[in-house]
Amino acid sequence: MARRRRGVRRNSPWVYIGLTLVSLISIYPLYFVFIIATRSLDALNNPSPTWLPGGEFLNNFNKALARDDVHFWKGMINSIIVSSVVTVSVVLTSTLAGFAFAKLKFRGRNALMLTILVTMMVPTQLGLIPLWGMMQQWGLVYDIWAVILPFLTSAFGVFLMRQYTLSAVPDELIEAARVDGCTTFRTYYSVVLPAVAPGAAVLALLTFMEQWNNYLWPRAVLSPDNPTLQVTLGFISYTYYTDYSLVFAALAVAILPLILAVLFFGKQIIGGIMEGAVKA
Amino acid sequence: MALTTAPPQPSQTEQPAPARRRSVLLNKFDLKVSPYLYILPFFVVFAIFGAYPMFRTLYMSFYDWDLANARFDPPVFIGLDNYVRMLDDPYYWNAMRNTFGVFLLATIPQLALALLIAAMLNRPFLRGKTFFRMAILLPNATSVTAVGIIFLTMFKDTGVINWALGLVGIGPIDWHGDGGFWSYWTAVATMVDWRWTGYNALILLAGMLAIPRDLYESAAIDGAGAWRQFWSVTFPMLRPTFLFVSIVSIVGGLQLFTEPVIYTYGYTVRGGDRREVQTLAMYMYENSMVSFNNAGYGAAISWSMFLLIIMASIGNFLLIRRTAR
Repeated sequence: MARRRRGVRRNSPWVYIGLTLVSLISIYPLYFVFIIATRSLDALNNPSPTWLPGGEFLNNFNKALARDDVHFWKGMINSIIVSSVVTVSVVLTSTLAGFAFAKLKFRGRNALMLTILVTMMVPTQLGLIPLWGMMQQWGLVYDIWAVILPFLTSAFGVFLMRQYTLSAVPDELIEAARVDGCTTFRTYYSVVLPAVAPGAAVLALLTFMEQWNNYLWPRAVLSPDNPTLQVTLGFISYTYYTDYSLVFAALAVAILPLILAVLFFGKQIIGGIMEGAVKA
Repeated sequence: MALTTAPPQPSQTEQPAPARRRSVLLNKFDLKVSPYLYILPFFVVFAIFGAYPMFRTLYMSFYDWDLANARFDPPVFIGLDNYVRMLDDPYYWNAMRNTFGVFLLATIPQLALALLIAAMLNRPFLRGKTFFRMAILLPNATSVTAVGIIFLTMFKDTGVINWALGLVGIGPIDWHGDGGFWSYWTAVATMVDWRWTGYNALILLAGMLAIPRDLYESAAIDGAGAWRQFWSVTFPMLRPTFLFVSIVSIVGGLQLFTEPVIYTYGYTVRGGDRREVQTLAMYMYENSMVSFNNAGYGAAISWSMFLLIIMASIGNFLLIRRTAR
């Protein structure tokens, strides 16, 4: 083993060249947003690309805010509300169901878990048309509840939390709680929830990201007057496509929260993505 | 599991009889019924917002249905007419061609590249691995609408991409070219790949990390080089993960919507003046969410997409099982 380790310690430079190139390609378009957002329109009309940012950001962003038909902050607030409500709900329902599937015994447990896995295959667009009709009947078209309700639980979340509970909570811990007279709910609340907190945090991040970036359904059921951030972005891009500094300033602010999330919680997010994959 | 067979006797032995009986009953209720309560929320939400709309779509697909005006223009049962109409609707087949064109153009290089990146990230003693992993995750954290706008701009006539191509002597390409669906497909496939390649690489990497190290050691003892090790150990062992990644790509890729919509300026969902990049999801949306009176037809398109996704997933499953045997 020791001999082998010495042999492979140094990687071929091609590995680093390749990975650096991949990283640059991954980062450049985001840097590009930053450049265009901070310069006046000239940056895009140059035949050769501009590499350095300018000082026009506030100017550009204010142009976007000044438009009567662009409801940027409303979109931002709606996105925060929608993503947060969905995230809290998904985390609670998934940890609870995940606990039940991992640690409680009941008839039909495996069949029900399998059903949940199968529902992951059902594409979201399949129910789009009736869903719109339902929202219309309930008077929720153009209301942000329309983009909250359908996402309150998640099959992926249940599955992830089941796997996490299986690996993070030893059976002895559950038994000890039972012996102490805990009900199953009390066990969940006082024993399981603290133990699965790291996994739940990953699920929260992934859910928040997914909701923040959702577009098809919000576009169908909301209007640019009461939008989510993505609906606003779509609207800005086709309404103000002649003024890209305005579009990109709004874009920069819209993508910033998730970029920061990756910078601060990148390790956990990556762990969650990889965890979900191996156990699938 | 022990907890169902061993009720918590010890702590209750000293309680008076009636209280004990009640708590035994409660305990029984707790163990037998509460698990169902805990999983109930998922099934309730899925029943209302997943299963019901799905079958409702099937039902609507047999009707001539006006979604906005159902009261004055009641749905009429027309049997399979919507499906028959699909067969010689040139726009439908155009959308089908675009969907598969973009899908293949995006997915094949993407999976190959993701495999390569994962293999590079899987090198032992790699320095800066957290940085590389985070860098390739960044595109996935960027919203699809944002990605659409960014690439729409980079693919302009005077954009960065044409500039970069100019450096290697490839003359400016009109990426919104008239009638040239290849240019549209390439641009949209590039967006998809930028956003998803790193994510898929991380998943494949996870699969690679789960392969026991001693398999490589014995392969090395048998004299297998890095290349041989990859094809004889890594790839076969990665089969389940690869299956997962490719099925997720199929389900997502055949539903492609946002990227082509934004790339064609997003105001309509026609995918360019000559529908160069209108996908099935966009054509479904056009029929039911833009002109509401074709909702029945849109529903039929939805189900045709669903069946396509299922068939493609099964085909993919069989293919991967065969090639890796």
